[in-house]
Amino acid sequence: MTMLSPEEWEAVRLTLAVAARAVGFGLPLAVLTAWVLTRCHFPGRPLLNAVVHLPMVLPPVVTGWLLLIVFGIRGPVGMLLHDWFGIRLVFTTAGASLACAVMTFPIMVRSVRLSLEAIDGGLEQAARTLGAGWFDRLVNVTLPLASPGILVGAIVGYATCLGEFGAVITFAANIPGQTQTLPLAIYAALQVPGGEAKAAELSMISLTLAVVGLVLSDWIGKRLNTVLGR
Amino acid sequence: MSFSLALRHRFASIEMDVAFEVRSPGVTVLFGPSGAGKSTIINAAAGLLRPDWCRVAIDGAVLADTDAGVWLPPEKRRAGMVFQDSRLFPHMSVATNLRFGMRRVAPGEIRFDDVVDLLGIGDLLDRRPKALSGGERQRVAIGRALLAQPKLLLMDEPLASLDAARKAEILPYLARLKTALRLPVLYVTHALDEAAQLADSLVLVEAGRVVAYGGTAEISARAELPLASRDDAGAVLICRVEAHDPVRLLTRLQGGGAAFLLPLLDLPVGALCRIRVPAREVILAGRAPDSISLHNVIAGTVRRIARDPVRRSVMVEIGLPDGGLLSRVTADAVVRLGLAPGAPVLALIKSTSIEVLGS
Repeated sequence: MTMLSPEEWEAVRLTLAVAARAVGFGLPLAVLTAWVLTRCHFPGRPLLNAVVHLPMVLPPVVTGWLLLIVFGIRGPVGMLLHDWFGIRLVFTTAGASLACAVMTFPIMVRSVRLSLEAIDGGLEQAARTLGAGWFDRLVNVTLPLASPGILVGAIVGYATCLGEFGAVITFAANIPGQTQTLPLAIYAALQVPGGEAKAAELSMISLTLAVVGLVLSDWIGKRLNTVLGR
Repeated sequence: MSFSLALRHRFASIEMDVAFEVRSPGVTVLFGPSGAGKSTIINAAAGLLRPDWCRVAIDGAVLADTDAGVWLPPEKRRAGMVFQDSRLFPHMSVATNLRFGMRRVAPGEIRFDDVVDLLGIGDLLDRRPKALSGGERQRVAIGRALLAQPKLLLMDEPLASLDAARKAEILPYLARLKTALRLPVLYVTHALDEAAQLADSLVLVEAGRVVAYGGTAEISARAELPLASRDDAGAVLICRVEAHDPVRLLTRLQGGGAAFLLPLLDLPVGALCRIRVPAREVILAGRAPDSISLHNVIAGTVRRIARDPVRRSVMVEIGLPDGGLLSRVTADAVVRLGLAPGAPVLALIKSTSIEVLGS
């Protein structure tokens, strides 16, 4: 096994950082969205549900392209961010995180939503009769009971981020040290004659990370259920 | 002081139209078959269900009045609720569950230690709800509702999910609670024993309507009500212990304007106690028999005669000076004794067939 070059280690570090940021920003929003989808009844709910799940069914390249349209320098949101805050997302690490967050968002929402739906609505009613307002109930009853789903969503989301390819390469490009995450590095290695060994090594790292993530999520889910008295 | 509730609501299967007003500190039992709409009433009182039209008031304080646009949400009603399935928070210990409502209101007169004592849950405080038995869970749920310092206590079939033994374990706690509390309690049940033991007032609900409501003694002794057509029908009387006769091993109770002799009771003189006289145990007579084992020969007047075509029997309501009794007899007996409303009659009751329900 040849040693990985510093650039390749950089790709591993970058991948972990990008995924962390994607989950860090995406998870709270996913929890909120899941809560809205399960607890609030409004006319636009099916539409919101469809939009949230879109990245799951669209080709990732299309998602990346849509992100370019919206968050590109000339895009409606991208222009605002650039002109007002001097933030550029396209072809940056932050952009790679955004692409990852959007791609894993449906997975996180689904996981949180399943655990929210599994909560006995009667418990929230009981909390109401005991004087707890909606935010109080959310913080002290709903979220603690949904915490296994939230944590599992975070871990599975994180693991999925590590493998995100299409949307990232389309929106953030393949820039070593900035947007070249593991799958992109593997792809790049395969483009170079004789790079198969490197690609194999990087793939092994990728595989290990994924397995660790899945085992961890299973273990945490079980632990939490015990802690929560179920 | 009174508690009043009125509501109208149209469900797909049933149309509810309900109104009643009962004395305020005291237990009001909503009694009726499953599907009659009892839970709808209690959920409307809690604010968990908003009927098409509704008015709820305790001693003049309005909790809901849809005409005036008043609808306090459940979290603002101070209506403690005990659910059939206890609904303890699984991620909290018993102690934390008990303090959930308490921490969200100003300190009141219902104290943590007193409630824990009263319900006998001191040994359970560190446990999780999962590690409790059904009966223990319900006791904790009752404590949790009480500690929220409610102005109204709602109990939706709190014993329905328990077996007879667990039920017998909790009923005494509820009876103790009843005397210790000074707030209106609305108690839903379809079990006659719970109603007879706990109710100060009875509200009979059937198919979305209130059939009758009033004091327990009064309602339980009315021959024309659906309550009287049950096999186990019987009048409830609130009595006071008048004297014990340790030689004859008898206790004399005074209630409904009549005196009852029972096998010696373990209650102090002057104590209140409830008895139930099953209708099928009451014999009617024109004049008092002599030389008979029976102790209770109670004079009254026939108030009402209700025929029961299904059982081919007749329910006779006997008026006492301050209450009433029920007697189930055959139609033939009515003819032979010449019973008619207003006629004097003697009710013969075996001491041992009178059920003592506690205080």
